Amino acid sequence: MILIIKTNKEPLHDLEFVKPIENIIANGNRMFKTKHYKEVNSKDISNSTKIIICGTSLKDFDYIKDIKKFQWIKEYDKPILGICAGMQIIALIHGQKLIKSEHIGMNKAIFKKEFLGLTGKHEVYELHQMCPTTQGEDFIKFTNSKIPQAIKLKNKPIYGTLFHPEVRNKELILNFAKL
Amino acid sequence: MKLVSLFSGGKDSCYSAFLAKKAGHEISCLITIHSENPESYMFHTPSISKTKAQAEAMQIPLLVHKTKGEKEKELIDLEDAIKKAKEKYKIEGVVTGAIQSVYQASRIQKICDKLNIECFNPLWQKDEIEYLNELIENKFEIIIVGVFAYPLDKSWLGKKIDKKFIKDVIELKKKYQIHPAGEGGEFETFVLNCPMFKKKLKVKSFKDNKEGENSWRREIEVE
Repeated sequence: MILIIKTNKEPLHDLEFVKPIENIIANGNRMFKTKHYKEVNSKDISNSTKIIICGTSLKDFDYIKDIKKFQWIKEYDKPILGICAGMQIIALIHGQKLIKSEHIGMNKAIFKKEFLGLTGKHEVYELHQMCPTTQGEDFIKFTNSKIPQAIKLKNKPIYGTLFHPEVRNKELILNFAKL
Repeated sequence: MKLVSLFSGGKDSCYSAFLAKKAGHEISCLITIHSENPESYMFHTPSISKTKAQAEAMQIPLLVHKTKGEKEKELIDLEDAIKKAKEKYKIEGVVTGAIQSVYQASRIQKICDKLNIECFNPLWQKDEIEYLNELIENKFEIIIVGVFAYPLDKSWLGKKIDKKFIKDVIELKKKYQIHPAGEGGEFETFVLNCPMFKKKLKVKSFKDNKEGENSWRREIEVE
């Protein structure tokens, strides 16, 4: 069972940031359960086989104020994919900081090594005001870009994308679901 | 939250406003951008003057803003219109009918970001068949008012979106890669009735105009 975690404050944003991911997972014939981060309990975490942490809108930063609610990430040893806000959360939990970095719209990302099925040049959709730092030895960076577009923790199957793969790179989410 | 709907009179803007209202938001006003350019990158053009009748049917104030429809300059006109809505109706966010167009969605996101308001795209990445079925389930009465791609022709003008329509567009998708919801600009729609309307609109008269080999528009008069 894949646990999909919502980070959006406004329920109407479920349709924009969560439903597209649920559809991709459902079309890949995978079982999933969706919960908001404020409602996730230890049983949800332990019963999951992997976790996707969704993004949210440009004006929504509640997940940063509530970062303590994501402490479970440190102990979790199964795969996690953090999308945009989800990637920021993963980085914050691993001691990184957020810096101002705004991008809205399509961008080109060059994957210098394979990242959940993506290699070489790809068009990606970005919608963020912040990006995480990835200093130190904990993170592998997969793109030739000034800001990290795709990262993975060195010793754990924990992945993050600053872009939204549900828009133009749906196969990335399916490849994650197959891990 | 008080929202403004970017309203073209077609199914996408109408259904997204409906979803926002259903989620507990208030649609404080509608904005219709009247583009003089029928090939506008941003705005739907057929029968757009009829949004006035739809706004009256919903009893929601309408702001109509004209644009010459020149690429990128029309965004300045859109920003001006949203600014007016913010000042006059104290709106805190925008709701759009964007489904797949990153061109449209990202430009509206940028305007909302600049004006420090929320942007909602409740149809974003929506499955087209699921979407068409939801329109029928939610009692949306929608007709086709423009067709712009082979093999669509004049005979499609005035057709209602119903179960038969869905069956037909699924076939067209298989054979001709027509997007079933018209997201590629293959066809455009007009909403005659939906749960937000206090009264149903009727087509009083219409005039069909051929604009190219596979391009027809129906100008309608409603009552």
